[in-house]
Amino acid sequence: MSGLATVLGALPTAVGDGAVAPVTADFSQDVFWVWLVKAVAIIVFLLTSVLIAIWFERRVVARMQVRPGPNVHGPLGLLQSLADAMKLLVKEDVTVKAADKFVYILAPMIAVLCSLLVFAVIPFGPEVSIFGVVTPLQLTDFSVAVLYILACAAVGVYGIVLGGWSSNSTYPLLGGVRSTAQVISYELAMGLSLVSVFIMAGSMSTSQIVDSQTQVWWFLPLLPAFVIYLISMVGETNRLPFDLPEAEGELVGGYTTEYSSMKFAWFFLAEYINMLNVSAVATTLFFGGWRAPWPISAINDGMFNTGWWPVLWFVAKVWMFMFLFVWIRGSVLRFRYDQFMKIGWKVLIPAALGWVVCVTLVQGARQLWDVDLRTLLFVLAGVVAVGLVASFLVPERTPEPEPEPTGPQEIDPFAHGYPVPPLPGQVLPPSPRAQRRLAATDPGDPSGPETPLEVRGG
Amino acid sequence: MSTLFTALPAAAGALTDAGQTSTAEAVLFWTLGPLMVLAALGLLLARKAVHAALAVIFIMISLAFMYVAQGAEFLGVVQVVVYTGAVMMLFLFVLMLVGVDRSDSLVETIRGQRWVGVLAGLGLGVVLAGVVGRATYGPPVGLVDANAPSNPEAVAYLIFGRHVLAMEVVGALLVTAALGALVLTHRGRLTAKVGQRERAERRLRDGGHPVSLPAPGVYARHNAMDVPALLPDGSPLDSSVPRVLRVRGQEADAREYAARIDRVLAGGWAVGAGTFTSDDEYRGGPGGAVAGGVVMRDPAAGPDAPVDGTDAPTHDEEDGR
Repeated sequence: MSGLATVLGALPTAVGDGAVAPVTADFSQDVFWVWLVKAVAIIVFLLTSVLIAIWFERRVVARMQVRPGPNVHGPLGLLQSLADAMKLLVKEDVTVKAADKFVYILAPMIAVLCSLLVFAVIPFGPEVSIFGVVTPLQLTDFSVAVLYILACAAVGVYGIVLGGWSSNSTYPLLGGVRSTAQVISYELAMGLSLVSVFIMAGSMSTSQIVDSQTQVWWFLPLLPAFVIYLISMVGETNRLPFDLPEAEGELVGGYTTEYSSMKFAWFFLAEYINMLNVSAVATTLFFGGWRAPWPISAINDGMFNTGWWPVLWFVAKVWMFMFLFVWIRGSVLRFRYDQFMKIGWKVLIPAALGWVVCVTLVQGARQLWDVDLRTLLFVLAGVVAVGLVASFLVPERTPEPEPEPTGPQEIDPFAHGYPVPPLPGQVLPPSPRAQRRLAATDPGDPSGPETPLEVRGG
Repeated sequence: MSTLFTALPAAAGALTDAGQTSTAEAVLFWTLGPLMVLAALGLLLARKAVHAALAVIFIMISLAFMYVAQGAEFLGVVQVVVYTGAVMMLFLFVLMLVGVDRSDSLVETIRGQRWVGVLAGLGLGVVLAGVVGRATYGPPVGLVDANAPSNPEAVAYLIFGRHVLAMEVVGALLVTAALGALVLTHRGRLTAKVGQRERAERRLRDGGHPVSLPAPGVYARHNAMDVPALLPDGSPLDSSVPRVLRVRGQEADAREYAARIDRVLAGGWAVGAGTFTSDDEYRGGPGGAVAGGVVMRDPAAGPDAPVDGTDAPTHDEEDGR
């Protein structure tokens, strides 16, 4: 499956020659069987990681909720997800009769295929020797690798959307529609948060971005972008608190409602692989990729940044993000849909845009006046600190008390020659007929009709 | 499959000086090309709008492959991100609401529309053939020069250098279109917006229920909307049954269910197993309760009133533990 990615990576090498200049990783030694070994290793890594991730999530959430979690099958319940997978395999595969059969079967395939593609450009480590061939621990890389990841994620959503539509049922359709809106809005924020990394690293190739984090990992100088990425990555993978496409309280199972057996398992698999994907992207772009954390990286002149050691750091960082996912799930409630959309469009996207402009200015200043990045960062931190202190000195503005609403005022709707509707707080005079009726029933009462025609509500 | 994918580009070479593509690129083209034509025909002939959209998506992704094969990797990937991932997704968003079973009607709504369409299509074809047939190409520079220093940077130089004015104009046009759509669909508010908070405050001011209404009674053997929940003193809570059921008079008698639980707690479950409240021997005839049957409490007697005949705990006490 990762073959597709290989083509994308290898095509410019073969066809375009010079097009791969800004890629640090050197794939020139790679031969056919090295590609094959790497692709198979990635698939095996992903599938086993998913099995462990399901167990991990259930155990950790259980610990957070003070209960044991799966503990029956295998040591510590480790074989529980294997048993679940077997159960799904042998369950009856129901195909809904009213479904659009072609799309119904195609949808889970799209979801899984696209989720498997992302890891092709994720660097697991620097160059190592595999059976005598020196090659980077990465299937492929090219100058727009991170955009390729975004593209795979974008196409993967078609699985959810089409699955929801083809089931020919209301709840799945609602889930699919929600998923469309969710992904479009959160992908914008995610893409914008990644742009600041591109600007700082000067490249969109993953190996080059990891290479640019030798001095400092980008999550520190680009903290706002990192926070935006963290929020939008949860939204992008449909996880709590953003799991609105499959909100079981409202939509039964969302887009998976009509799916069973293996087809359901594929959606499930895709969701967990996507979690691993966004964790790996966060690691690569913001957390130094395969680089060892600081005290370890200084040992023995960077010994732990060479050979096979980096795989350990990379996997550890990915699982740190996986833990974050579980932690969020265990502690945050699901958003209401309109609040969720409001956060995406009114908070995340403007914040990400503003941040990109700031980063551009800083980077422009660096190139114009040739300032050292560290000096610049210290100066900026000082400016922010001064601004914070100043903000404490500004007295808080108390909201002005709203004027007391006066009673309804009667207006003459024909004052200017043509009828105008009453504004809030105004009432129309009783109609001629009502006036006649009023005069007939109670000639002594000068007040208006019983129900004043005041405008209420929006 | 993987073998084909990896072997194919490896055999490909750069664009030769004569402007000829390599064999591998030709193979890629002649594989994807017919498939794309088929998909394009599918777009025209598909009866369901979503199938047509799927055909478009297939063509877009195949085009992206072609772009990448020609060294324009930025264009290829951005095409998938922007067009497939966002624009087509929005299309699908609208199309999906049509539903699976609906398909396009082939009835001609405007007379002669079909023939006009065919004529216009033929005309476009003739124009395109004329332009493409007479086009002349300059000498190929080679992708290395065109893409120097790298593909995204070369594209950036073109967009923000040579074609910057066109880019800005297109951008302004798009922003204008978006603003226009906003203005046209905007509706001025006559009154302040009534949100969730305002509604909640108004509800409390009017003396309404502060939170959602209590759920209907749920019992071990009868889990239904029509059974009222019981207050701690055993009296039924009317507002826990949906208003519609109450209006229709379909509300169940809570005491039957409460009594059944009392009977189970008293150990009389074996007698009534498999029976319904309508069974006479279960409820007891007009002459009184049968042995092991229902033990009724008088709800008017209050919570502390002893259950007649037994010391068994009532369901209320069970709940209270």
